Amino acid sequence: MELAAVVFYALAVVTIVSALGVVVTRSIVYSALLLIVTLGLTGLVYLVLLADFLALVQILVYGGTVSILLLFALMLTPPQRNLVLNHQGWPLAAGSAVVLFVMMVAAVVATDWRQVSQVVAGTTGRPPLTVVEPVRVGAEQIGTTLLTIWAVPFEIAAVVLLVALIGSLLIAQAGTETGRV
Amino acid sequence: MVPIEHILIFSATMFCIGLYGVMSRRNAVLVLISLELMLNAVAINLVGFSGLVDPLGASGMVFAIFVIAIAAAELGLGLAIVLRVYRMRASVNVDEVDLMRW
Repeated sequence: MELAAVVFYALAVVTIVSALGVVVTRSIVYSALLLIVTLGLTGLVYLVLLADFLALVQILVYGGTVSILLLFALMLTPPQRNLVLNHQGWPLAAGSAVVLFVMMVAAVVATDWRQVSQVVAGTTGRPPLTVVEPVRVGAEQIGTTLLTIWAVPFEIAAVVLLVALIGSLLIAQAGTETGRV
Repeated sequence: MVPIEHILIFSATMFCIGLYGVMSRRNAVLVLISLELMLNAVAINLVGFSGLVDPLGASGMVFAIFVIAIAAAELGLGLAIVLRVYRMRASVNVDEVDLMRW
């Protein structure tokens, strides 16, 4: 096994352990901090898959912005005493999540990815491959793709972000009529 | 070189962990945190498929960037709503926010 694969599996295990920590820990602050760790490790997974630009975006957006936003919200909503973090029906939630996981893994294992790759290769005219052989995709190429093929979704995303910004300002600002939403 | 199955199983694991968190947590901030895990799993899937389906193009990466952008917008909006609910009801437990209108 080559080095990149070893690093991928090691990172995958650590990431999943950390993600499990996010949903089982009893402390809200630990949960938020473990989420930041998980998202940073995911950035490293992107690096292993040779998605450099995405790794950078991931660490900038999640490590920088989202973590501060989350900790800020946690500070503004102090938890009550004797708090119960989970619903009473949490075993049901765990059971259905496990069932969904088993179904997903069964679907992944049952699919013939070589055939999928051949179908894709038939439409694009390149040799099929079953193993992800990462090709380094530079920021320049991502920018070109973003502003040519996906230009309309890009513009819509800009509007969505603007609306979300104004909306969250309006919702979070101190209301003049207290107690009413 | 990682087989596509392993990337997909890794992503499915993370998605199901996030789903469990969304369904089991009472605190609205923790629900949003678990939602971030689910969105992150989807972005990993997109990057994996980018290598399988379109190794020379960047469409999968562009989709992943969209997912990250929408996730950031969703988190900002969600936390604004959480702050407002806390100011109104002095609690952020999702099972106590059961008013359809005031």
